[in-house]
Amino acid sequence: MKILILALTVALSFGVLNTAQAKEALPNVDPKIEARFKAITSELRCQKCQNQTIYDSGAGLADDLKRQVRKQINEGKTNEEIIAFMVARYGDFIRYRPDFKSSTAMLWIGPFILLFLGGFILVYQIRKHKTIISDAPLSTEQHSRAAALMKQKGEES
Amino acid sequence: MVKYLLPLLVFVVLIGFFWVGLGKDPNLLPSALLDKPAPAFTLSNLHSPEKSFSTEDMKGKVWVLNVWASWCAACRSEHPLFMDIARQGGINLYGLNYKDKRDDALTWLRQLGNPYAASLSDLSGDVGIDYGVYGVPETFIIDKEGIIRMKHVGPVSRADWQEKLLPTIKRLEG
Repeated sequence: MKILILALTVALSFGVLNTAQAKEALPNVDPKIEARFKAITSELRCQKCQNQTIYDSGAGLADDLKRQVRKQINEGKTNEEIIAFMVARYGDFIRYRPDFKSSTAMLWIGPFILLFLGGFILVYQIRKHKTIISDAPLSTEQHSRAAALMKQKGEES
Repeated sequence: MVKYLLPLLVFVVLIGFFWVGLGKDPNLLPSALLDKPAPAFTLSNLHSPEKSFSTEDMKGKVWVLNVWASWCAACRSEHPLFMDIARQGGINLYGLNYKDKRDDALTWLRQLGNPYAASLSDLSGDVGIDYGVYGVPETFIIDKEGIIRMKHVGPVSRADWQEKLLPTIKRLEG
């Protein structure tokens, strides 16, 4: 039994050692390249899991595209070239911020149109409300009735 | 009167948008490669790796490139259709074996039958990226000039084949 425990301990500690070594064995990363890698892959949508960026996603396809981005950075391509490469293959949908053109115009200006419409309706309603209130002053008779109601209410409570 | 009709109108328009929008499959994305030249590649043949296949070899022919993998469950559902197509003949059907293991792929074809004139090994998935593959199976129809004329994402049903793919192939061969 003791031997078994000893063997297990040795085996487990090897496992721990191995993972520690694996972490150190990561390629010596250049923070500049890592920043570019993160910037590019955070701009790209994973087609397989559509609400995740390629950077965040662990899908097989996202891994392949990450590898592709890394490869092209190493080849000296600019960020624009790499993104153009992706758009040529996967279409505008791969970008979270596609270029402004006729097919994407509504995407860019649509929210502002809605905001403007909402603001317009709001202002219109407020104005209309104001005129209703100010245009109808109470007559003397209405005044005395209101006063009577207030008094009655006061007595009740 | 207008006061009451306006909200109703807005409501009807909204329902219209939702009705159309909910009926669409968000997984179907327009292909950026439609009506563009099929990306050139040279890959080795799955069965005999010493033989290579190049997109150049297909110039002058209308051909179908079906992206498949042994790990892809949906590929099984379209497979019997491709077997029937192969039996009838007359269609240049090629397979792109995408991100697969060679042994697994060969076993898959041995068990289910091999409908492809040739299967090409894209073990790394790089050619898949060139073709904008994001979900297997995908099927491309490429014309005599090497232009992609149709892309079908997901398994090809018999109805898809009869109503969409086959008529396109016939038209291109025309």
